[in-house]
Amino acid sequence: MSKKNMRPPMKAPKGTLKRVITYLFKDYPLHLSVVVGCLLFTAVASTMPAIFMGRTVSIIEKALARIQGGAAPAAALEEVFSGILAISVTLLCIYAVSLTCSFTYNRLMAIVTQGFLHKMRKRMFEGMQKLPIRYFDQNHTGDIMSYYTNDIDTLRQLISQSMPNVINAVIVVVMVVSIMLYYSIWMTIVVFLGVIAMFLVTRKVGGNSAKFFIRQQQSVGKMEGFVEEIMNGQKVVQVFCHEEESKKDFDELNEKLFKDAESANRFANMLMPILGNIGNVLYVAVAILGGALLIMKVPNFSLSGLPLSLAVVVPFLNMTKQFTGNVSQISQQVNAVVMAQAGAARLFALMDQIPETDEGYVTLVNCREEAGKIVECKERTGMWAWKHPHQADGSVTYTKLAGDVVLDHVDFGYVPEKIVLHDISLYAEPGQKVAFVGATGAGKTTITNLINRFYDIADGKIRYDGININKIKKADLRRSLGVVLQDTNLFTGTVMENIRYGKLDATDEECMEAARLANADDFIRRLPDGYQTMLTANGSNLSQGQRQLLSIARAAVADPPVMIMDEATSSIDTRTERLVQEGMDRLMKGRTVFIIAHRLSTVQNSDVIMVLEQGRIIERGNHEKLIAEKGKYYQLYTGAFELE
Amino acid sequence: MIRKLAGCIREYKRASILSPLIVMLEVVLECILPFMTAELVNEIQGNCEMRVLLKYACLLVIMAALSLTCGALAGHFCATAACGFAKNLRKDLFYNVQRFSFGNIDKFSTSSLVTRLTTDVANVQMSYMMLVRTAFRAPFMMIFSFIMAFYMGGKMAWVFVVVMPILAFGLLMIAKKAMPIFRKVFRKYDTLNNSVQENIQGMRVVKAFVREEQEIKKFGAASEEVAGDFTRAEKLLALNHPLMQFCLNIVMLVVIFFGSQLVISSNSTALTVGQLSALLTYGMQILMSLMMLSMIFVMLTMSAESARRIVEVLEEKSTILNPENPCFEVEDGSIEFKKVSFKYSEKAERYALQDIDLKIESGQTIGIIGGTGSSKTTLIQLISRLYDVSEGAVWVGGKDVREYDLDSLRNQVAVVLQKNVLFAGTIKENLRWGDLHATDEELVEACKLACAHDFIMQFPDGYDTHIDQGGTNVSGGQKQRLCIARALLKKPKILILDDSTSAVDTHTDAVIRKAFREVIPGTTKLIIAQRISSVEEADRIVVMNGGRIDDIGTHQELLSRNEIYQEVYTSQTKGGEENE
Repeated sequence: MSKKNMRPPMKAPKGTLKRVITYLFKDYPLHLSVVVGCLLFTAVASTMPAIFMGRTVSIIEKALARIQGGAAPAAALEEVFSGILAISVTLLCIYAVSLTCSFTYNRLMAIVTQGFLHKMRKRMFEGMQKLPIRYFDQNHTGDIMSYYTNDIDTLRQLISQSMPNVINAVIVVVMVVSIMLYYSIWMTIVVFLGVIAMFLVTRKVGGNSAKFFIRQQQSVGKMEGFVEEIMNGQKVVQVFCHEEESKKDFDELNEKLFKDAESANRFANMLMPILGNIGNVLYVAVAILGGALLIMKVPNFSLSGLPLSLAVVVPFLNMTKQFTGNVSQISQQVNAVVMAQAGAARLFALMDQIPETDEGYVTLVNCREEAGKIVECKERTGMWAWKHPHQADGSVTYTKLAGDVVLDHVDFGYVPEKIVLHDISLYAEPGQKVAFVGATGAGKTTITNLINRFYDIADGKIRYDGININKIKKADLRRSLGVVLQDTNLFTGTVMENIRYGKLDATDEECMEAARLANADDFIRRLPDGYQTMLTANGSNLSQGQRQLLSIARAAVADPPVMIMDEATSSIDTRTERLVQEGMDRLMKGRTVFIIAHRLSTVQNSDVIMVLEQGRIIERGNHEKLIAEKGKYYQLYTGAFELE
Repeated sequence: MIRKLAGCIREYKRASILSPLIVMLEVVLECILPFMTAELVNEIQGNCEMRVLLKYACLLVIMAALSLTCGALAGHFCATAACGFAKNLRKDLFYNVQRFSFGNIDKFSTSSLVTRLTTDVANVQMSYMMLVRTAFRAPFMMIFSFIMAFYMGGKMAWVFVVVMPILAFGLLMIAKKAMPIFRKVFRKYDTLNNSVQENIQGMRVVKAFVREEQEIKKFGAASEEVAGDFTRAEKLLALNHPLMQFCLNIVMLVVIFFGSQLVISSNSTALTVGQLSALLTYGMQILMSLMMLSMIFVMLTMSAESARRIVEVLEEKSTILNPENPCFEVEDGSIEFKKVSFKYSEKAERYALQDIDLKIESGQTIGIIGGTGSSKTTLIQLISRLYDVSEGAVWVGGKDVREYDLDSLRNQVAVVLQKNVLFAGTIKENLRWGDLHATDEELVEACKLACAHDFIMQFPDGYDTHIDQGGTNVSGGQKQRLCIARALLKKPKILILDDSTSAVDTHTDAVIRKAFREVIPGTTKLIIAQRISSVEEADRIVVMNGGRIDDIGTHQELLSRNEIYQEVYTSQTKGGEENE
C-alpha cells in the first residue's frame, strides 16, 4: 500500500476557529470567564488616562486663564492642586484594580494555555491509539509527528497571545470610539478614514505574508523529507562518493526555502512600521484638524455637546494614538491566526479519524476447573476461558482457551476493489506449527493480520476455539496472540522494561526466564548494565539480530496460547536461530504457532507448510510431503526460484 | 560558539549591518515625532495661524514618510539577514554532514540531524531576526527617549530614572528565575515527542500486545509534566506585563500630579501642556523598550540550546581526513590486513576486531562467514576506509589506505552495504549513483551482470520506473540486485558484498556469482554471507568469531576441520542433505 505523500491541505474549513474556542471554553469555563472579565476591566481602565488627561488639561487651562486674568498664582495653584489630587486618587484606585486584574488574567492564561495544549495533546494521542492499523499504513510517521510538534505549536501562539490581544484590542477600540464620538464627531470621521487605510494595508501586506508563510511551511516540509532521506542513506552516499550531488540538490531546496522565508518575514516585518506610521500621520492629521477647527472656531459637533477647546483636542490626540495602536495590534495577529487555523484544521482532521470499531462481546477470563466444569474466577490461575454471553436467553457459556484457529473460505482485500487473499482455508490445532512460504506480496503477513483483526475479512469466517473472531473483543483476542514482527520496535527504557512489555506484571525472574528461552540472556548480560541497560532510539545500540532476540523474549513472557512469528529470526544467523528455535519449541509445546520465513531452514520442521502464491494457497503439507510432490516448494527448496 | 555561528553570516553581512543602522535612523525619527507634535500642540494652544499649522503638517508627514521608509527597509534587510543566515546555517550543517565519516554518522541519529536542520535553525533564525532589529531598536530607543525626555521635560524626566531600575530589576529577576525551568522543560518536550514517534512506529506492537491504555497513561503523565513545567515558567513570565503596567501607572500619576503643578507654578515656562503629553509618550517608549529587552533576553536564552545543538554538528570534525599528498591511483585489487585491531570508540572496552592478519591477492574471491556480532561487517568497512584502524594497518594495492585520496579509494573499492538504501527517483537515476556519466548500454550491462535486467524490463516503465523513498516498491531481492548493479557501475578493482544476496534465491545467487567469475575475473571479490552456498566456491573462506579470524581455508578444508563452519553447514542442511 502506498503512503500519501502530502499532508492534509493547508486550507482550513469554516468553523475551525470556533471549534478551538468551543473546546477551550469547555475545558476551562471558570478560568476563561475570569480572564474575560479581567480583560474587560483592564481594557476599559486603559482608556481612562486619556479622559483624566483631558480633565487635567482643562483644569490647567482654566488656572492659566485666571493667572492671565490677574489672579494670584498661589491661589490658582491651590485650586489646581485640589482638582488634580482628586483625579490622581481616582486614577490610583482604577490602577490598583486594573493591576490586580492584569496580574490575575496573565497568570490564568499561563495555566489555561499550557493546560489546554496538554489536554489537546492527550485527546490526539488517545484518539490515535484507537485508530485502525490502516491509518498508520497510509500516513508517514513524520507527517503524524508534525501534528504533535508544528501544528500544536500554532495553537499556543493563538491562545496565549492572539486571543487575549485581540479581545483586549477590540474592547479598547470600542471604548475609544465611543469616547471619541463623545468628544468630537468631525475628528472621529478623520480617524475612521485612517483606520480604513490601515485595514486595506493589512489585507494586502498581511495577506501576502500569510501566503508566503504557508509556502514556507511547504518548503520546510520538502526540505525535511529530502534531508531525512539523505541522512538515512548517508552511509550509501559516502560509499558512492555522492556528496557533491546531494549538496547540489540540497542547495536548490535550501534556496527555495530561503526565498519563501524571506518574503514571508519581509512582509511581516514591514506591516508594523507601515501601520505605525499611518498612525503617526493620522495623529498629525487629527492635530492639524483640531488646530484648524480651533483657529477657525468651527462649532463642535459631538455627543457631549462640549465646545471645542484644547481640553478636547489633547485627549483626543491621545486617544487617536491608542486607537491606531490597538488596530495595528489586531493586524499583527493576522499571521498567527491564519497559521493557527491551518494547524488546528489538521489537528481536528486527526481527531476526527474514525476509530477502530469493536462489536465483540466475548471476553477472556481467568478460570478454574471444578468437577469437570469451567468456573470463572478473579485470581490468576494460568488457565483462561472465553466467556460467551448469549443474548437470546441470557445464559453464559465458557470455552477453554486452547488456541484452535480455523480459517474458512476467507477472502480479503485492503481495498474492496482489489482482493489479495482468495478462498483461504486452514486448520491449526493446538500444538501445531503452521508455516507460510511465498513471495513478497503473496499474502503471508496479511493472513496473520486477519487473525488478530488488524484488518477485517471481506468474506468467509475465522474461528478461534470455535468462536467467530468477530464476536471476540479485539483487546481480548489480541491478548491471546503473541506476535513477533520482522521490524522489531523496542521502546525507550531498560532491557527489562522492554521484555516486560509483553506482560506488565511479570517478575524480573520471569523476564529473565523468557530471555533465556529466546537465547537473549547471554548478550544482555554482556551489555554495560545488563538487564538495566537503557535502550534509546528503537534500540539503536543493539544489532538487528539482538533486537529480534529481545522481541522474541518480549512475546515469550506474555506466554500466549497462539504465537505469530513474522520473519522473526530473519537477521539472526542460522546457528543462533537453531538455539532460539529449540527454546521456542519448548515454550510452545501444546500451543499453536504461525510462522513466516523466507529462509526455508526456519520452517522445515513445521507440522504443515502452506505455499502461497498471489493470495492463494497452492500447496500444503509437511516438508517431506512437499518435497516428494516436487511442486513449487521443491523448486524453492532446490533454489530454482526466488522467494522475496 | 558565537564565533562559529557568526561565520555563517557571510554574504548577508551587508544586510545584517544595514538593518540595525536603518533601525537606529528609524528610532531617531520616531523620537523626534512626539517632540514635533508637542510643538504643534503648543502652537495650537497659542492660537497660531493656519499657515504655521500647515508648515508643521508638511514637516510631520514627511518625517512619517521617512520613518515608514526606514521601517520598511529595516524590515526588509532584517528578513534577508535572518533568513540568509538560516540558509547558510542549514547549508553548513548539511555540507558538514556530507563530510562525516561512518564514525561521525554513528554518533547522530537521523531524526536528531533533521531536527537540527529544521526546528533548531528556525529558532536561531528567530533570535537572529530579533538581534539585528529589536536588540538595536530597544536600547537605542531607550537612550534616545531618555535624552528627549530630559530635553523637554527637564526635572520631570527624573521620574523615569526612578522607575526604570525598578522595572529592569523586576524583569531581570523574572527572566533569571524562568530560564532554568525553560531549559529543562525543552529537553523534556523533546523526549515527549520522541516517545510519540516511537509509539507511532511501534503501533503494531502496541496493538498486538493491547497496550493502548498503558501508552495513553504513560503519554498523559509525561505530557502533564511538561505542561506543569511550562506553566510554572510562563506564570513567572506572566508577571512581566503587570510589572510593566505598574511602572507605567506610576509615571502617569507622577506626570499628571506634579507635571500639572509645574505647568501652573512656572506659568508654562518650565513645562507646557504639549510637553506634558509628549513626556508620557516617551515614558511609554522607554518602558516598552525595557520590556523588549527582557523579551530578547528570554528568546536568546531559549534559543541558546538550539544554537548549542547546531554548533555541535558544525564543530564535529570528520574522523577520517584526506592525507596531505594523496595518491589518486589504486594499483591493483590486492588487500592486506597487517596486525589490525579496531574498536568503535576510544572509550570502548572491547575490541571489535583483534589481531587480524589477512592477505588477499588481486582477483581472488573470498568468502566471509560468522555468527551475529562476529564483526564481519566491521572487517570489510576498514578496506574502503569507512573507519580507520585503531592499531595496525590495512593495505590496498600495495599502499596503506590512509595514503589514498578518499574518493579515489572508494571509487575503486565498491561496497554493497548490508543496510542498503535506494533513493526516490527512477531506476536509472539510482543506478547512475555508481557512475554519473554511464551510458544506457552500460546500465543495462551492469544490470544483466547483477541479474536485475529481466525484472526491470518487466516493469511497465522499464529503467524509468520510479522508486519510492527507501525503495519500498521493489522486493527485497530486487532491491539487493539493484544495489549490486549500482556498485558494479563503478567498475571497481575490489567489490565487497555485505550479505547482499540474502533475499535473492540460491539459483539467481549462483548465476550472479558465475557472472562475476566470468565477466570481471580481475576484480577482487569479498562476499559476506550467512548461506554456505553463497561462499562455498570461493578461493578461500574466512570464518570470523568474536572479532577474530577463527580459520581460513577452502570449503572442503573447513568442512573437515572447523567446528563453527561445520555447525553452520549442518544447521542449513538439516533434513535436506539429499538435495545438496
